[in-house]
Amino acid sequence: METKAFQKIYTKLSQITKATCSLKASNIGYEEMAFVHGRLAQVVKIIGDNVTLQIFSGTEGIPTNAEVIFLGRPPVLKVSEELSGRFFNAYGEPIDGGPEVDGEERQIGGPSVNPVRRKQPSEFIPTGIAGIDLNNALVTGQKIPFFADPDQPYNQVMAMVALRADADKIILGGMGLTNDDYLYYKNVFENAGALDRIISFVNTTENPPVERLLVPDMALTAAEYFAVDKNQKVLVLLTDMTLYADALSIVSNRMDQIPSKDSMPGSLYSDLAKIYEKAVQFPDGGSITIIAVTSLSGGDITHAIPDNTGYITEGQLFLRKDTDIGKVIVDPFRSLSRLKQLVIGKKTRADHPQVMNAAIRLYADAANAKTKLENGFDLTDYDDRTLQFAKDYSEKLLAIDVNIEVDSMLTTCWDLFDKYFKPAEVGIKQEFVDKYWPKN
Amino acid sequence: MTAGKVAGIIANLVFVEVDGPVHQNEICYINLSGTMLMAEVIKVMGTQAYVQVFESTRGLKVNDTVEFTGHMLEVTLGPGILSKNFDGLQNDLDKMEGVFLKRGEHTNPLEDDKLWAFKPIAKPGESVIAGSWLGEVKENWMPHKIMVPFKLEGKFTVKSIVKEGEYKINDTIAVITDSKGKEINVTMVQKWPVKLPIKAYKEKPRPFKLLETGVRVIDTLNPIAEGGTGFIPGPFGTGKTVLQHSLSKQADADMIIVAACGERANEVVEIFSEFPELDDPRTGRKLMERTTIIANTSNMPVAAREASVYTAMTLAEYYRAMGLKVLMLADSTSRWAQALREMSNRMEELPGQDAFPMDLPAIISNFYSRAGFVYLNNGESGSITFIGTVSPAGGNLKEPVTESTKKAARCFYALSQQRADSKRYPAIDPLDSYSKYAEYPEVEEYFIKNMEPEWPAKIRVARDILIRGREVAEQINILGDDGVPIDYHEKFWKAEVIDFIILQQDAFDKIDCSTSLERQRYMLTSVLNIYNTKFSFETFEEVATFFKRIINQMRQINYSEFNSEKYIQNEKELVTIIDERKIA
Repeated sequence: METKAFQKIYTKLSQITKATCSLKASNIGYEEMAFVHGRLAQVVKIIGDNVTLQIFSGTEGIPTNAEVIFLGRPPVLKVSEELSGRFFNAYGEPIDGGPEVDGEERQIGGPSVNPVRRKQPSEFIPTGIAGIDLNNALVTGQKIPFFADPDQPYNQVMAMVALRADADKIILGGMGLTNDDYLYYKNVFENAGALDRIISFVNTTENPPVERLLVPDMALTAAEYFAVDKNQKVLVLLTDMTLYADALSIVSNRMDQIPSKDSMPGSLYSDLAKIYEKAVQFPDGGSITIIAVTSLSGGDITHAIPDNTGYITEGQLFLRKDTDIGKVIVDPFRSLSRLKQLVIGKKTRADHPQVMNAAIRLYADAANAKTKLENGFDLTDYDDRTLQFAKDYSEKLLAIDVNIEVDSMLTTCWDLFDKYFKPAEVGIKQEFVDKYWPKN
Repeated sequence: MTAGKVAGIIANLVFVEVDGPVHQNEICYINLSGTMLMAEVIKVMGTQAYVQVFESTRGLKVNDTVEFTGHMLEVTLGPGILSKNFDGLQNDLDKMEGVFLKRGEHTNPLEDDKLWAFKPIAKPGESVIAGSWLGEVKENWMPHKIMVPFKLEGKFTVKSIVKEGEYKINDTIAVITDSKGKEINVTMVQKWPVKLPIKAYKEKPRPFKLLETGVRVIDTLNPIAEGGTGFIPGPFGTGKTVLQHSLSKQADADMIIVAACGERANEVVEIFSEFPELDDPRTGRKLMERTTIIANTSNMPVAAREASVYTAMTLAEYYRAMGLKVLMLADSTSRWAQALREMSNRMEELPGQDAFPMDLPAIISNFYSRAGFVYLNNGESGSITFIGTVSPAGGNLKEPVTESTKKAARCFYALSQQRADSKRYPAIDPLDSYSKYAEYPEVEEYFIKNMEPEWPAKIRVARDILIRGREVAEQINILGDDGVPIDYHEKFWKAEVIDFIILQQDAFDKIDCSTSLERQRYMLTSVLNIYNTKFSFETFEEVATFFKRIINQMRQINYSEFNSEKYIQNEKELVTIIDERKIA
């Protein structure tokens, strides 16, 4: 840390808590950055000449006579093409042994895009995974999380989606990643030969939790640089947003704020929305798409974190282990992509929406039949057929190891309809039945 | 004017040391090195005013100067509001420069230089009061009335009024005199504080007319009255927004005001990009011509969220005073309540349930009460129908915002997770939902006169069928398919016909998305006929197969244009299917 000439240095802390410290200082800007005892901190409260700073890496070992130097600016990231292929920590400092990045300084957590300057998302992102492409098609400029229990392979699926999606840049924001998962991502990207279009900002479990709060803003500032200045298609991966929210609650607790539902701060919705709403499609072709992970505890989506997230994001993807086929599938009932209507049947074949709905309805009938079976009732012939259909559908389409084109997904559906049902049972518009029902 | 200096900052709550008198809710501007940040006084303690800043306070310092304006948050009312995209403080978003919203940028909501073709209504010598129509201009295609400013109190006489011709909004179009002969120049523009209701009307009777929405589960089973209030609570993913968009596209209103309050920006963009293209089924004009959007999306400043719903309501009241039928939609009022909670929390007020402020129920019911059908002083009528959505935390309808809203709104459209999961859209639960208007004798009378004499009775029958269908479904679940008599299956499937044909509606299909009242009447008669028909079945499997065919056939009818060739052909096929098992 180089100090500028005549820079005022304070050396008297009046209060230290686990995450914050206070001192008397003047002419300090709100949200200004500072170094406290060499650690990065940010102004969170000013009352008269009493300034409270949040120290990202915690206050352990900080003395009351610690040196406090204010930087006169909010947190920034230097942006340029040099970011590509690099790994950074939450402060934007390289952790891959490479040199510092040179570029224009941009404030992180900057202003929002004027809604009238946005374009309606309309570009389909094919992933080859039928559980996503067929039932929950993703669109550029969308924001969507995986809602998953910790034992589910969401990091693997996310890496797969990222690499198959045709993005110019992939930006990984890792919050509370285990070192193993961090290395997993690094490996996958390296093996795919995609490292030059990847940028990572990583806070692992080895780093202090409050540092995580900077990660999404860092990742999204880099994303905005590439999407706005370079008109690129940027995909941002944020994992795990639950750990981010946990860090928020730690800070709000230290600041003596009244907690609302599930001990989360009352501003959780706005805090999360500020991040997710950075997803955008610009008219010039640049876009930011956010795929995040919100880990659940025991599948509970009524907890404040997944609940608020669900209201902000454009849908959610659920993974589930299907015991009938012994594979992980994308759950067709609970998963939803709100933007799919903008592309399915438009960018994909016209029968896509109806085929998708019919298949899910039949899959739901199968679920009812299964309940009947479990309760010891006799099954009708129709029930039997739905059960067989469900198994095939799960195996050939919902499983996450499927990698086919959308048209073949639709063909597979029609084949399955034909194998088990009559057109009246499927309930699709007649014109599509005439055109696509297998004729033999 | 009073001035002040910043004394403390916690996020967007700023403490200001003032040198003179301040009003509660007064607007002030904080000077952050030349950028003027707008803020509102929310509490005063001695010489310190607590202000909530409508924008980010990053970089703000103690001792920065503050200027007070002497008035509350006001909107500008005049021709040119229609088809605009405003932010929560009525800045015209299209006039803002650059991709990103800049702090402290304020744009004119109207156009000062545009010429409007003015036609006088009032004549010199006429006696007028606040809200009286002096003249009109054509705004898009709507007659936009130029009124005596709402702020004026007492009786006035029109001294002079300009001739028919083209004028700018700030030109004086009339001179009126008060009882003491003092002259007041009236232009086409006036200002009004958003927190106060505009009361330029004679009386507010109980709503008695139906507001046609084209959504069958609303119009047929839980109708909303013109000037009525309703709310749509639902967990995420149950289709609140799709439903609101359907309403804004199809409802039979002169003007739609959409307050996008703390929701997704892409949803507003959908309106921006689709409405200028879509036709209004009633006038054949573009939907955007009758729509105004107030956008405070979830990434825009939280404090302006509360302002956004009030801004929208005030614009609605302005158009109601012109004798127009206004539909106002707010998505979602929970975000507004959360904004109140954040502020109350920062002010360290004692929290109520779930940390919401104690006066939340009062604030909500006060707001809903601004809607309504009114008779204006000149005998004309106008209305604001208000439908808000609520996003209950965790899908729990017992949370404070839902509970408070339930007390205030007269229609309740419960979106059910279960229906959404089985893709039965719109996921409005037909039985949990209610419309208090359906019980009003004056509304029933309206139906008898305008739909058909048997209509109210038919609705009750349809509800009963649905209730019985649900009971039977439970019994079948417990006892098994063959544990109940065959006619139980018939009852169940007859209820399913109503569910699939009337309740479910494909919002993304060009024809099915909106159903005229005439067609709704026809459809209900048609499903009730099937209900009243006796069929013969040997086994319960036959029942299911048969009714699935009926449903499939009726869906084809739903997808065909009313009374078209295809429609009639599909009808004929339906009769053939029914005849297969009909007992004469």
